Amino acid sequence: MATVELHGLMKHYGKDKIPAVKDVSFSVKEGELFGLIGPDGAGKSSIFRMLTTLLLPDGGNATVAGYDIVKDYKAIRNRVGYMPGKFSLYQDLSVEENLNFFATLFNTTIQQNYELIKDIYVQIEPFKNRRAGKLSGGMKQKLALCCALIHKPEVLFLDEPTTGVDAVSRKEFWEMLKRLKQQGITILVSTPYMDEATLCDRIALIQNGEILTVDTPEQIVRNYPFPLYAIRSERITHLLRHLKAYENTRSCFAFGEYLHLTFKQPHEKAVASVTDYLTHEGHTGLECRQINPTVEDCFIQLMKTA
Amino acid sequence: MRTILFLLQKEFRQIFRNRSILPIIFVMPLMQLIVLPLAADYEVKNINLAVVDHDHSPYSAQLCAKISGSGYFRLVNYGSDFKTAFELIETDKADLVLEIPAGFERTVVRENEDKVFIAVNAINGVKAGLGGSYLNRILNDFNQDIRLKWMQLPRYNPMPVVEVTSSVWFNPHMNYNFFMVPGILAILVTMMGSYMTALNIVKEKEIGTIEQLNVTPIRKHHFVLGKLIPFWVLGMFVFSVGLFIIARLIYGIVPLGGIALLYGFLAVYLLAILGLGLLISTYCDTQQQAMSVTFFFMMIFMLMSGLFTSIDSMPIWAKGIAYLSPVTYFIEVVRMIVLKGSTFTDLKIHFAAIASFAVVLNTWAILNYKKRS
Repeated sequence: MATVELHGLMKHYGKDKIPAVKDVSFSVKEGELFGLIGPDGAGKSSIFRMLTTLLLPDGGNATVAGYDIVKDYKAIRNRVGYMPGKFSLYQDLSVEENLNFFATLFNTTIQQNYELIKDIYVQIEPFKNRRAGKLSGGMKQKLALCCALIHKPEVLFLDEPTTGVDAVSRKEFWEMLKRLKQQGITILVSTPYMDEATLCDRIALIQNGEILTVDTPEQIVRNYPFPLYAIRSERITHLLRHLKAYENTRSCFAFGEYLHLTFKQPHEKAVASVTDYLTHEGHTGLECRQINPTVEDCFIQLMKTA
Repeated sequence: MRTILFLLQKEFRQIFRNRSILPIIFVMPLMQLIVLPLAADYEVKNINLAVVDHDHSPYSAQLCAKISGSGYFRLVNYGSDFKTAFELIETDKADLVLEIPAGFERTVVRENEDKVFIAVNAINGVKAGLGGSYLNRILNDFNQDIRLKWMQLPRYNPMPVVEVTSSVWFNPHMNYNFFMVPGILAILVTMMGSYMTALNIVKEKEIGTIEQLNVTPIRKHHFVLGKLIPFWVLGMFVFSVGLFIIARLIYGIVPLGGIALLYGFLAVYLLAILGLGLLISTYCDTQQQAMSVTFFFMMIFMLMSGLFTSIDSMPIWAKGIAYLSPVTYFIEVVRMIVLKGSTFTDLKIHFAAIASFAVVLNTWAILNYKKRS
């Protein structure tokens, strides 16, 4: 059974009715770690805010844990945990006071659900008398996660939890999410980082308020329609210009120190002829090989066809 | 109930940890009550007077002595040239010029009458008006003295004369502080209530904690009560400090009426004013907006609620505005209970007005406070 289901959810803002979320539908299964992946302004936060009953949708409907987000908002508030992108706990209260406060609002205590947050809480427990505002970024995030978990929610919404967090803490954070998943909590997480997509069970790629595709990261990568090549030379800036002008180029964009390239006619001689063309243009140190696409490649490809 | 207690605990912790709000709560009432009544005084003293004496007679000297002896005037110049005196008015060194004509004494003695000339600098209208009338009174007095000296008055006054004797009630020494201190006390409570509540809630909006609260099953009325009660308590506290410590010890004001009645009114009034703060906070998203809006209302409250000027002398439209502000009623209530010892029967209308403000403002605020947008 689907824990979270969206049917044609819509939201627009302002007088001009600029759509932020257009006709979004997807469903999240129970116990799944689901990623909503897209750039800034894609509508991720708006969707989360609607699902957590903070924002009223302008069209469509959705259910969370079986409850309608408009009619049964009170039931939903008892059953979800929400961690907004911006740290929003009381900076002038200590770690323990914050946690206690939110536990009380949910009519529970720290002791009752200690098992659930234990793994995370032990890491910040040495600082439990410190004011939340004085914690480091990673600590704040752990505290926020504890506060969102303190009432043992059925569904956990994490809005860009890893934005602005260093690489080590990000890795740690995903480890924590995996452990939470094992406890049977359905987790929805949004992120602008494509490399985090592979850590989710299933992902939805979103752009300009529209869902591009929903699938497992493996399947999305497998569905990439063309052979993909990584190419580089010693003069990478000229290389991009030359390849864009090349007749058989379907797409070409920079990706780290390589360019990712697809051909209009990906026949066997395509690589040989592009190498000839580039050598003719004066490139040296050419390197070209076929690679497996990443989620980001898929995103760019889907964005173009959308 | 447990939720409310926790909300209160959290609010008080936050208030007592706030290093800029705390001194304001404790120092502001002290400062304002001690300094403001002394400065905001309508009794005009130290009126600068220039005398132009063309007579230089014992009488003119007597008149001058009488004037400077009254305590209201300060003689800045004594000369015999009107031009110099007028220059003093122009340079703002003198407020009044009294010109005594040549032959003043002689004419008064011989012809029983003479004229003196008063020129008044009316830039500060109140000072000019009061100064002029003080001076007139002194001249009248002087006049009487001379007549008594030179004329044998008949046993019965040939002309009917009505002499006015007045007796001053409720503030027998006409001490201006007695009038101001209760009023300022009311304003203080108003400021505390509206500013603190509005800013506190808007701060939660700014930091984003309100969203975190909104996704919890917290009940609307729990949230609102959790915000109102702390400032209600603080308002009571500030009022008590002002009434029992500053008003009593420094100004010697002891309420004539019932303390219980006064606090009953305060309790309801605080609800009204906290409701205003709450209402403002539901319309504002930043502390800056909340501050500006509250300031706008505070200005109106300060100037139009009869704190400094009498409402009865305002134009009709201004009276309308004055009676649309809860502060007006409360200032009257405090003054009436403290100075006059009024009882509830005298204040029924005030109570009804303040209670209506409390109901309307709070209902409006709660209806407008939404946990979702």
